Amino acid sequence: MSGSAVVSLSNVTKAFGGGVTALQSIDLEVQPGEFVSLIGPSGCGKSTLLRIVGDLVEPTSGDVVVNGKSARQARLDREYGIVFQDSVLYDWRTVSKNIGLPLELLGWDRSKRADRVREMLELVELQGFGDHRPWQLSGGMQQRVSIARALSFSPALLLMDEPFGALDEMTRERLNAEVLRIWARSRSTVLFVTHSIPEAVFLSTRVVVMSRRPGRIAAIVDVDLAQPRGADTREDARFFELVTEVRDRLREGGLDADRTAPGEGELVVGGETP
Amino acid sequence: MAYAATARGRSKLPDAERVRTAAVRVGLFLAVLAGLSGLWEGFRAFAEATGLRLGLFEANDRTMPHIHDIVGQLFEPSRRNGPLLIDVLWDAALFTAKEAAVGLVLGALFGFALGVLLAHSGLLQRGLLPYVVASQTVPILAVAPMVVVWGNPRLPPGLRDWGAVAVISAYLTFFPVTINTLRGLTSVDPRTIDLMRSYAASWWSVLWKLRVPAALPFIFAALKIAAPASVVGAIIGELPASIQSGLGGAILNFNQYYITSPPSLWATNLIAALLGITFFLTVVAAERVLVRRAPEHFA
Repeated sequence: MSGSAVVSLSNVTKAFGGGVTALQSIDLEVQPGEFVSLIGPSGCGKSTLLRIVGDLVEPTSGDVVVNGKSARQARLDREYGIVFQDSVLYDWRTVSKNIGLPLELLGWDRSKRADRVREMLELVELQGFGDHRPWQLSGGMQQRVSIARALSFSPALLLMDEPFGALDEMTRERLNAEVLRIWARSRSTVLFVTHSIPEAVFLSTRVVVMSRRPGRIAAIVDVDLAQPRGADTREDARFFELVTEVRDRLREGGLDADRTAPGEGELVVGGETP
Repeated sequence: MAYAATARGRSKLPDAERVRTAAVRVGLFLAVLAGLSGLWEGFRAFAEATGLRLGLFEANDRTMPHIHDIVGQLFEPSRRNGPLLIDVLWDAALFTAKEAAVGLVLGALFGFALGVLLAHSGLLQRGLLPYVVASQTVPILAVAPMVVVWGNPRLPPGLRDWGAVAVISAYLTFFPVTINTLRGLTSVDPRTIDLMRSYAASWWSVLWKLRVPAALPFIFAALKIAAPASVVGAIIGELPASIQSGLGGAILNFNQYYITSPPSLWATNLIAALLGITFFLTVVAAERVLVRRAPEHFA
């Protein structure tokens, strides 16, 4: 089976200095075209797991296979598009030049690059903003530029690390819908880290619930909501059932948001339950 | 239609704004200049009227020539039947400017390259940085004769004398550039490095597409210090090289005739200061053109 998986993790463990085990015995497979969310409280190692898949952090032990090769080889083969919580745009480049940065590094010629950048601006609905500077855009628009940059070279795997965590709720919901539209159009495989239960349920085909100390996979919830999803999905009874289920799984892991200490309370446990 | 109108309106507004801020700036400059001149003349008048003495210092034509005498001296012949002082100083300033400009460029390039090298290797940084710092604690007056004595015979005839002075000027300018380049290159946001890593970008690409553009505001901050310093370095370098054609030579010359004509030396200092300011403003102009960063990156 693992031959066809985009990501295959077996027995991945990560220990930091001082005896802190960030991740313990993680097994996970992500199939092509899947949208998998990692959810859990801060300190559960979800971002670390994403960074291990992207070869930005080395696991202490265990195997990471991406498209049949090592994470490192996959990185060298430019299989990853990464979106961070902050857009990480270069402010000395225009929006277009930011989107075209990976293409420059891949050695695409100017006209091919310009064509692709135009397509990408269209995909994230930022036509007419190509010559703007990043700081002239709103936070939501900056994050769309960052998504366009990540998708510009059609990577096999899109890694998103709390991409909408810093945005307000309205912008976040709009971008959630946009990400689904882009995902459907680009047919990419997505690994998505979030601390918002509604966001995870709305976006994903599967939600991986993690617990902390040490970071483990507590449960995997299959999200069987119909595609394509839209504003109606959030009103769907099944949506609320799944939100409740994810929350219950988080609780079972000893992760009741109510018991999360203030200041750590980054866990958004579905404010929209009926 | 409405959009076009806004776009036009928006493009027009900054122009008017720019003219206004420029006018305010020029006005401010002139006001400060007038204020400083007033202080100079006012202090002298006060000291002369009250017979004020500060130790051996006494305000008079020799210690504090009138501003109008200093400026007026520029338009007097520099010697009997000779050209006007301003013409002499203009030629001297051009000569010194050549030395300083070449020195600044050499110093900036060397300083930048050294900064890149030190940023690249922590080992080199720990090993070399103390010597880089030590190089600046040696007085330039001690280094300058060595450069001239050792360097001059080895230079091709076209570069002789002024080339050695340019090297002295470079010696005085590379240090801030090295320190700030190092600082700028190593202070990039770690996530931007992660991003480049995820694209499997080469060391070279990370340097030119990320680190150097991110370091440019730091480098220009250093160049603003280095630019006037390069003029000082050139003037000082002219002394042991016994170069008569530059401002250093002029200062030495008018120093000897200070008793008979104090305003000449003051006028020469004025021209030297103007040259330093010109260098500074050139760097500021280059920064405006080259550094395209978010507004918070400009001082």
